[in-house]
Amino acid sequence: MANPVLVVLQQREGGLHRMSREAIAAGQSVAETLGGSVEAVLLGEGLDAAVEEVSAFALAKFHVVEHEALASYTPGAYVGALVEVVDAVQPSVVVLPHTYQTVDFLGLLAQRVDAALVPEVTGFESADDGLLWERPVLGGKLTSKVAVRGGASVLVSVQSGSFSADGARSGEAPVERFALSADPEPDRELLGTEEVGGDQVDLSQAGMIVAVGRGIGDGEKMSVAEDLAEALGAELAASRPVIDNGWLPRDRQIGSSGQTVSPKLYVALGISGAIQHLVGMKGSKTVVAINRDPNAPIFSVADYGYVGDLHEFTPAFTTALREAADS
Amino acid sequence: MRIAVCIKQVPDTEARLRLRRDERWIDEEDVPFVINESDEYALEEALQLAEASEGEVVVFTLGPERAKEALRKALAVGADRAVHLRDDALEGGDASTTGAALARAIEREECDLVLTGSQSDDVGFGATGGVIAGHLGWPHAWLVMGVEVEEEGTARVVREMESGVNEIVRLRLPAVLEIQAGLNHPRYASLRGIMQAKKKELSEVGASDLDLAPEATGAAGALTEVVSVGFPESGEGAEILEGDAEVAARQLVERLRREAKVL
Ligand SMILES: Cc1cc2nc3c(=O)[nH]c(=O)nc-3n(C[C@H](O)[C@H](O)[C@H](O)COP(=O)(O)OP(=O)(O)OC[C@H]3O[C@@H](n4cnc5c(N)ncnc54)[C@H](O)[C@@H]3O)c2cc1C
Ligand SMILES: Nc1ncnc2c1ncn2[C@@H]1O[C@H](COP(=O)(O)O)[C@@H](O)[C@H]1O
Repeated sequence: MANPVLVVLQQREGGLHRMSREAIAAGQSVAETLGGSVEAVLLGEGLDAAVEEVSAFALAKFHVVEHEALASYTPGAYVGALVEVVDAVQPSVVVLPHTYQTVDFLGLLAQRVDAALVPEVTGFESADDGLLWERPVLGGKLTSKVAVRGGASVLVSVQSGSFSADGARSGEAPVERFALSADPEPDRELLGTEEVGGDQVDLSQAGMIVAVGRGIGDGEKMSVAEDLAEALGAELAASRPVIDNGWLPRDRQIGSSGQTVSPKLYVALGISGAIQHLVGMKGSKTVVAINRDPNAPIFSVADYGYVGDLHEFTPAFTTALREAADS
Repeated sequence: MRIAVCIKQVPDTEARLRLRRDERWIDEEDVPFVINESDEYALEEALQLAEASEGEVVVFTLGPERAKEALRKALAVGADRAVHLRDDALEGGDASTTGAALARAIEREECDLVLTGSQSDDVGFGATGGVIAGHLGWPHAWLVMGVEVEEEGTARVVREMESGVNEIVRLRLPAVLEIQAGLNHPRYASLRGIMQAKKKELSEVGASDLDLAPEATGAAGALTEVVSVGFPESGEGAEILEGDAEVAARQLVERLRREAKVL
């Protein structure tokens, strides 16, 4: 019998994180391919609501680790507890949701349990001697397939949207209270939280957005995008590097660490289309991408594309819009 | 305070990519290499912390001969010393082997703080800093947007979280801080800096200096192996508008009006 697949769930203040369900779906799918059962683990304190929700999934065991030192997340305490659970379960594969929280402790966990590590998995296939894990490299311009050697156990974090939460099978999960042998040791003191970027521009309601990427080349050259935004009646936004360079204020950033938008028209100028950007704009109705690299991943989510220099195309686009408005 | 900064040399994100013949990685010939973006911010943060404490900044990289250029640039920008983990046996590994080797090298230099970037722009594990922290037995934090060293041997650290909220935490020092892009404004090298860099110490270490057996590190020691890379299937993909900019722009306006009906 193959060793179990262990799914590490994420919660916040007792509510299950959206991506926990995707991780369960991924874990079930991996176990189906490998043979073997699926178990899950949830860490925290005051977990009754989340425990009830998880116990309605098809899991062979559901380990619940409650401890006051796990009440708020710290990598030290979480990894300490997870090492004990992994030692007890002896999983062949540990599946985690690829969230900021997971990435924060993933390297440390891999080091502690001496497992192979494959972060940001978007899919898998079976090969002769195990699974091949798919993950993006070079900002999503390429996909790589990764094998795990010598039958080592592996930690995989699954990227948002790669496994459908609706695919998670329901059933009955026997709850097992996991008793830790040592108290988990928090290695951080939480002092508070702060909103980023003061008086926020809310782009979530914008009907049209012109988004600028690093391909603009220089903050001084922003006027081509401003003119286009004006001709369209659109809001101006940007990818992260444009904001990091100080070319636009932080509250105009789109993506996983910025705003999530769903306008009817999204024009991406010189944006490559890294996953952290795409998660913020993939709900847009119509996407136009201008990029001089025909292989830029942004084209795979765009409806219309132009391969070429944005500094030539953008003024032409603005002129064409103005002409069309006049006619 | 002696601050270690881990910098990685990666292909410029603007580079056009071709696959290597074995289709396990890109063909690196003619590809311009640069310092990984978040590592530039880590270096700047280290320089500022060192300036405030009369400290020293030591940069580390693990990579082939070309990676020396990244170290030289870091020295020109203001780092005091550089250590090059240069050994074919160390190459081709993953976050676990690279992190283990870097941790050994950092230990030899007796550093008080380690700064890394948050994610490399090529393989993007986001994990090497955590592995280093595990080996050193130090606390760590990923996605750091602010660092203040406090008198009590602690640091007040601002961490980025999803959806526009930062978390403020306190960590015991020594620690490993994985710096996120955007927390400062990296300085440029001055001509004087470039001249001075030529006189600064740049040492090389190999696997044996780090007490790492060749079969336990790099490609041979890694538990993972990239078996192939390829261009992703683009799904439906975009309709690519042909012609020069003016023709294509007029077509686009037409499509947005009549097909997509968004204008
Ligand atoms: C934890 C984390 C969170 C992140 N959060 C976000 C986020 O919220 N939002 C975000 O956007 N990113 C985020 N990122 C960064 C993300 O990974 C990418 O690095 C970033 O999105 C790339 O921005 P870009 O496309 O503008 O730049 P690049 O990837 O450098 O792309 C520039 C593009 O412009 C094209 N180009 C260059 N010149 C021209 C020209 N003259 N004409 C036309 N095209 C041209 C190039 O071909 C290239 O495709 C995050 C990263 C991490 C690690
Ligand atoms: N080969 C390397 N040499 C020096 N530092 C590295 C190397 N690989 C990774 N790092 C550091 O670890 C960070 C995270 O890298 P990664 O885990 O590959 O995403 C990078 O931003 C670097 O600071």
